[in-house]
Amino acid sequence: MTLGYVIYKLILAVIVFTVTLLIAMYSTYAERKVAGFLQDRLGPNRAGWFGILQPVADAVKLFMKEEMIPSVSNKTLFIIAPGLSLLTACMTGVVIPWGTSLTIFGTSYSLQVTDLNIGILYLFGVVSIGVYGIMIGGWASNNKYSLLGAMRASSQMISYEVAMGISIIALIMTTGTLSVGQIAAQQHGWHWNILVQPLGCLIFIICAFAETNRAPFDLPECEQELVGGYHTEYSSMKMGFYLFAEYINMFVSSAVISTFYFGGYNMPFIGRFVHDGNLLAILGVVFLFAKIFFGIFFFMWVRWTIPRFRYDQLMNLGWKTLIPLSILNLVLTGAWMMRHEIISVFIK
Amino acid sequence: MQPLTNRSKIVVKKEMSLYERIYLPAIFSGMMITMSHFFKKKPTIQYPEQTRPFSAVYRGQHVLKRDDNGAERCTACGLCAVACPAEAITMVAAERKRGEEKLYREEKYAAVYEINMLRCIFCGDCEDACPKEAIFLTDRKVDSEVKRNLFTYGKDILVEGVEKDKRVDVSKRQTPEVLEFKKHKEFEHNR
Repeated sequence: MTLGYVIYKLILAVIVFTVTLLIAMYSTYAERKVAGFLQDRLGPNRAGWFGILQPVADAVKLFMKEEMIPSVSNKTLFIIAPGLSLLTACMTGVVIPWGTSLTIFGTSYSLQVTDLNIGILYLFGVVSIGVYGIMIGGWASNNKYSLLGAMRASSQMISYEVAMGISIIALIMTTGTLSVGQIAAQQHGWHWNILVQPLGCLIFIICAFAETNRAPFDLPECEQELVGGYHTEYSSMKMGFYLFAEYINMFVSSAVISTFYFGGYNMPFIGRFVHDGNLLAILGVVFLFAKIFFGIFFFMWVRWTIPRFRYDQLMNLGWKTLIPLSILNLVLTGAWMMRHEIISVFIK
Repeated sequence: MQPLTNRSKIVVKKEMSLYERIYLPAIFSGMMITMSHFFKKKPTIQYPEQTRPFSAVYRGQHVLKRDDNGAERCTACGLCAVACPAEAITMVAAERKRGEEKLYREEKYAAVYEINMLRCIFCGDCEDACPKEAIFLTDRKVDSEVKRNLFTYGKDILVEGVEKDKRVDVSKRQTPEVLEFKKHKEFEHNR
């Protein structure tokens, strides 16, 4: 490992981190803008050109707010929780392949911070830790609404992680790898995984909505029932951290969905027109981000269309519909992969 | 039981079909509806830059008129304060001194004239009650303030300027028909 390698990885990690934060920041703006447009309004348009400075103004407002820590709360955990939430949200971007690789002065630089051979496991592990931020925050607040929100969040995440995991196992069976980089590379041309695993893709997207606590599965923070859910007692930038983590999760979920099922940085037919490797890599990044932005828009589109599930409906959907469906998907995938062996058994 | 209207409907709670239970078609059609709204023309009016078209006889912030020579028309008779249903108007009358003929039209004038804009309901009764054509409602809006007491407008805000360009045009509300109507003393409101 040379010094140049370390510097290149550091720069890449910093870029990924910055871009993640920037996109999360502007997702808050986009959310309000999309919500406005879907409701025949205009959304924020006063701060700067088309309201482009709105996130900055929001951040300044959050920093200026009074910092409140309830006297009955567990102070240490209360402070750790939002940081944990944000940290785990930021950690997931590491294994996403943002593009193929750039060749500069004869050296190839991969646009993936690290291609873990157990990338999917890493992703799931980090996402599972994400629920701790919410749980600890809700518990440390020592408030019944916070606790209820945290309980809902954890039970919801655990329920939907099962279906999500099983739908991913089917994907791993067809791709034959746990490395996110290889999964993206396999989908060149039209070999997008959604065409191989349409049901798995649907289940994964639904579970991703539940994992990010987005509407229609935003029960942990439903205002009408639980005041603010797990962040009822939070104020100032700690509150901002939670909100920010949600938007980062949304960005990362879109990136993961794009990479797993929608071809990642691949675009069909682009190889016919562009032959330069570096240009192709840069175009790949552009395509991936186009897919991610559409994914984020889709998240918002759904949020401002579909009303929230009731809690029993949420559990019914998770345990009685999605898990059987994902198991069915798993069995069908297995049967299809072993079709020659199965047929040969019956023919013999 | 006799139905009161013919709008009542018998509610049927039937089992959902498989197509309905899948939800996805319904979600899809719902999302198409929201998407159609995405491209609709927005009815928003960008307020400070754009304003709604006002009616010619809009009842907004009051003005205390001067006559053609620049003397205040108000004689502090108090009819507007009596007519005011919200009791928003108060005034203190004073006698005109020698040498103030240019300032006040008649021997008595309002030394203090205050309208509380938070109490005012902009009904225009003060204007109807005024026998001297002194108070009018205009198409100007009352600005927002940060303190409640700033909404009590005194003569400094209410009285129009002496100069030609500072006069407030009320001709839309002071039509010949209105003037004619006010002359009839047999009506209750003109006494």
